Amino acid sequence: MGEAIVITSGKGGVGKTTTSANIGTALAIQGKKVVMVDTDIGLRNLDVVMGLENRIIYNLVDVIEGKCRLNQALIKDKRCEELYLLAAAQTKDKDDVTPDRIKLIIDELKLTHDFVIIDCPAGIEQGFRNAISGADRAIVVTTPETAAVRDADRIVGLLEKQNIPSPSLIVNRIRPHLIKNGDMLDIDEICNILGIDLLGIVPDDDNVIKAANSGEPAVLNVKTRSAIAYRNIARRILGDNVPLLSLEEKPTFGKRVKKFLGLG
Amino acid sequence: MTGEIVKEVQPEPVKHHVVIKGVKDGLIFQFSDHCEWQEILDELVYKFENTHQKLLSGTSIPVTIKMGERVISDEQREELLKTIATNENLVVRAIENNITQLELHINEVMLSNAKIIRGTIRSGQVEHHKTNVLLIGDVNPGGTISSDGDVYVLGSMRGIAHAGVSGNEMAIIAASHLRPTQLRIANMISRPPDEWSVEDVHMEFAFLQEGQMNIEKIQLLKRLRPDR
Repeated sequence: MGEAIVITSGKGGVGKTTTSANIGTALAIQGKKVVMVDTDIGLRNLDVVMGLENRIIYNLVDVIEGKCRLNQALIKDKRCEELYLLAAAQTKDKDDVTPDRIKLIIDELKLTHDFVIIDCPAGIEQGFRNAISGADRAIVVTTPETAAVRDADRIVGLLEKQNIPSPSLIVNRIRPHLIKNGDMLDIDEICNILGIDLLGIVPDDDNVIKAANSGEPAVLNVKTRSAIAYRNIARRILGDNVPLLSLEEKPTFGKRVKKFLGLG
Repeated sequence: MTGEIVKEVQPEPVKHHVVIKGVKDGLIFQFSDHCEWQEILDELVYKFENTHQKLLSGTSIPVTIKMGERVISDEQREELLKTIATNENLVVRAIENNITQLELHINEVMLSNAKIIRGTIRSGQVEHHKTNVLLIGDVNPGGTISSDGDVYVLGSMRGIAHAGVSGNEMAIIAASHLRPTQLRIANMISRPPDEWSVEDVHMEFAFLQEGQMNIEKIQLLKRLRPDR
């Protein structure tokens, strides 16, 4: 029996879909059987970020409406074995499905996969209720901005009400130099307000944007800091004790030697 | 075997419920939290009469009493001062207590049928109660806690607090960490920082005075609202 994890944030544009794609891929790299479910019906993105858009034949709503079997709608990833995507419908609306139906599908996917990663839409309406209905636990994504933290706080409250207790937190798009100058909320402050466990921090990284645009999850490129961050998060989900990524961008001795030799 | 018999014959206090320490400007009497009040008095008398005579004679010495977490009644306080006064050179300068004013006050609030809530009031959540309300936890920005009586927050008050909702202008809002987005008492609405300034980290409370929102250190609560 697998575990269903919903990735949610309240506010839009903080990186739910990117986080879903990268955590899903990172877990698959660790040898787990993973399926990612996009519940953002009408505004699907996860397929684009994963570069699987052109492989969609059936989607989540087709499964719910009985137009196909669940297995037919699962799209196999082109890079990772044992990584699948269940895409959202683009032509429908969030009100076309109900939380109960989504829960049935998630429960079925849990039987055959180690992890079901649910990408939640922004907002707290029907789409949110759909997304969290089948989840065993939640990961709340926020950025170090007051507005995003405010929305994350609201989401944590709603999750508690829905009996998905103690969600964990990912602080995304951290810009160390802004925090250093006091121009950005620092991570302790965010944890203090939200009062939930910190699962990981991800630095702001151009590679993430580049990767998303080219349909390659950033986590595949091991050299980037964001990839390390996502891999660490995946390991923590699996129960490993991994220290938080250092935000200081000091080159290591090895890197300096490499640079000196013209290899870095 | 013999050792035990000797012990029984000499009933001297073995445990130290009272520690007497000399400091630069006098003596500190540190009382234990984990014994009966009478044991402390007995040990004091014993120490005065037997072990500490040297230390306690001579010129007058100021004494600070560290009470720990024990709360004593006025009679017990009298008793203590009387016991110490048997030594003419000891002058009690202060009786200190680890319990903060807010905690003492909260003790009283709990006795006066307050609603106690635990947890965090998050953005979008509203807690309203008809009686005084004591929250053990934080109020986050966007969250609201309100009461027809007083509002006490044992935690960070970052959201909106409304005391005396039904119009009681004597109601107060107290918090261990008062950094609200807005404060309301009765019909008065106020927001920082243009109307009242937030200073260092003190336990504070908000109250109305001549129609104005005021913030004061929690220590002044008893003076400004003696009936509380």
